Amino acid sequence: MAQLIFLAVLVGAIALFAYHVRLLRRTILMGREVKLPGSRSQRWLQMLRVAALQQKMMDKPVAAIAHWALYLGFLIINVEIVEIIVDGLTGQHRSLAPYMGIFYDLMTIGAEVFLALVLIAAIIFLWRRNVLRLPRFHTAEMRGWPPLDANIILWTEIVLVIALLVMNASDQLLQARAKPPYYSFGTFPVSQWLTPLFAGLSDSTLILIERSAWWIHILAVLAFLNYIPFSKHLHIFLSFPNTYYAPIEPAGKVSSLSQVTPLVKEALGLPLNGDTGDGAPSTLGAKDVTDLSWKNLLDAYTCTECGRCTAVCPAHLTGKKLSPRKIMMDTRDRLEEIKRSLYKKGKWEPDGKALLGDYISAEEIWACTTCNACVRACPVLINPVSIIMQLRQYLVMEASQAPETLNVLFVNMENNGSPWALPAADRAKWTETL
Amino acid sequence: MAGRSLAAWSASGEKPEILYWVGCAASFDDRAQRVARAFVRLLEAAQVKWGFLGTEEMCTGDPAKRAGNDFLFQMLALQNIQTLQQYEVSEIVATCPHCFNILKNEYPELGGHFRVWHHTQYLYRLLAEGRLKLPQDGKLEGTIVFHDPCYLGRGNQEYESPRAILRRAGALLKEPERHKDFALCCGAGGAQMFKEPEPGHKDINIERTEELLRLSPSRIAVGCPFCMTMITDGVKHAGKQQEVRVQDVAEILAERLGLL
Repeated sequence: MAQLIFLAVLVGAIALFAYHVRLLRRTILMGREVKLPGSRSQRWLQMLRVAALQQKMMDKPVAAIAHWALYLGFLIINVEIVEIIVDGLTGQHRSLAPYMGIFYDLMTIGAEVFLALVLIAAIIFLWRRNVLRLPRFHTAEMRGWPPLDANIILWTEIVLVIALLVMNASDQLLQARAKPPYYSFGTFPVSQWLTPLFAGLSDSTLILIERSAWWIHILAVLAFLNYIPFSKHLHIFLSFPNTYYAPIEPAGKVSSLSQVTPLVKEALGLPLNGDTGDGAPSTLGAKDVTDLSWKNLLDAYTCTECGRCTAVCPAHLTGKKLSPRKIMMDTRDRLEEIKRSLYKKGKWEPDGKALLGDYISAEEIWACTTCNACVRACPVLINPVSIIMQLRQYLVMEASQAPETLNVLFVNMENNGSPWALPAADRAKWTETL
Repeated sequence: MAGRSLAAWSASGEKPEILYWVGCAASFDDRAQRVARAFVRLLEAAQVKWGFLGTEEMCTGDPAKRAGNDFLFQMLALQNIQTLQQYEVSEIVATCPHCFNILKNEYPELGGHFRVWHHTQYLYRLLAEGRLKLPQDGKLEGTIVFHDPCYLGRGNQEYESPRAILRRAGALLKEPERHKDFALCCGAGGAQMFKEPEPGHKDINIERTEELLRLSPSRIAVGCPFCMTMITDGVKHAGKQQEVRVQDVAEILAERLGLL
């Protein structure tokens, strides 16, 4: 009976997760096509370096070490989950132990050590966020759901760890009492210190505690799995594709709009050379998320709201309204509206709202110096400047809503070929005094 | 003089080694012109055959592009590319990192393929090849702080050339808290130079200059005409214009070589 319940819960949870992953993929692919420079081998290396080895996390060593503990703990504990699933399906206890010999002890030792490290790391992160109150976790966009989301993730991790440690502690006592099926398997360097808490309990109470902890753990894991698609915690999966697809080119480069080129060439009387701009979107720049590239949208879902971008943004540091993290969060929040529509109606119908105006204001995007500090700061290669540039393009070329001073700049550049109202004929004057 | 306009080079049937892309700032702004003169003296001292476009040069289109006007950018870029191709230009050096970045990274998509140098890269090469020789004796007095231009540093990962020039010139170089990859912008990029800043509690150039001044430098070295303007304003705002000079790396090198 327990096995059937377990099977039903497991299949249900995985099916639900798969459904939401597909919906997420569909939402991201609402973005326009884009050419992403770089070869396959460069991409694999970039993903290995930035996502798998978390190289950019090292900019902040305390966070990096604690994050490494969580990351490795997650990977090692996932090996244990394999056994938990086999046990759940077969109704056996520690079913892999007889086949693994010494490796089973190594696995349980590794898992327990990392459980302890995960616990410490989660407490450090909760402390930094809620007690030390690092400024980057408490800017304007970090109200309501975002900090709650962060705390839910950390507390869930603590619950998962405690459930496993309690399970192992009660298991050890039952093993010591040679109570079938609790045969003596595994080595538990951490939870052995918890056994005195349960030492006086009867066999049946211990079994109840052990079973409850087992169920709480696996149910929490499956619930957490289905929480992830709605959470900033998506970064644990999306960091990998996001670093794989991040363009391999100098940060200073911004691609030109290919649909503009044939028009300009025609105006200048230049040969088109087969350059028709076909296939390029008709909208210049981006008004809504569907005008952005799918990589911009993947960026938005990968963002884990750490705020390193905003903490280094010169506009933010000097009190302007711009926060690169908010650009990414707004993009994702707008995408969530589209995703909900895809979920409810199976398709997306424009709802009269747009990313530009309803989420991100002109004031924010005009405050950007395109200095790329945010791009450099992001541990998972998210590019907020790319979105800002596309919103500016829409404002200027489609909506004709550039700030007045910039319109003066454009006129000067058109008339004189320079940003200032100075005659082009004077360009070489300085050479006369050489 | 080993430098003349490309039209003059063309008429003489010769080709220069390199085109100096002067840029709008050095063409029109007095302070940037002094940098251009220093750079030209260095080119002359190294006996580099160099050319310039003069009235045939137009803005690269960078401020338009960063302000979201791709039409205007491409309009200027395609005309510049035509001019450059007409003179068969293959190598370009720019004293402005915005010109450098856009010529190097954004012109190729529009058909303009050139080898592009920032002037600090080019000067470092001249030093390394021995075409520019530093005197054995003497050194630069005081401390120098180098402010990384965003489009040279983060934008194109060039941190060493300007620093290497300053060190070779005998400078005592100090790094501000935020430097190289983490350097703070001067506040001029992304077309900010040509518009009013959005409301805030401080101007970016003030924030950056305060950080640079904390090291009590006698000079602040820059590699960009817009940083030059912003940091110079920041130094004035702090009332330190008597103690602290804001200079381009090229000016400091030229001074060290006795060319100024």
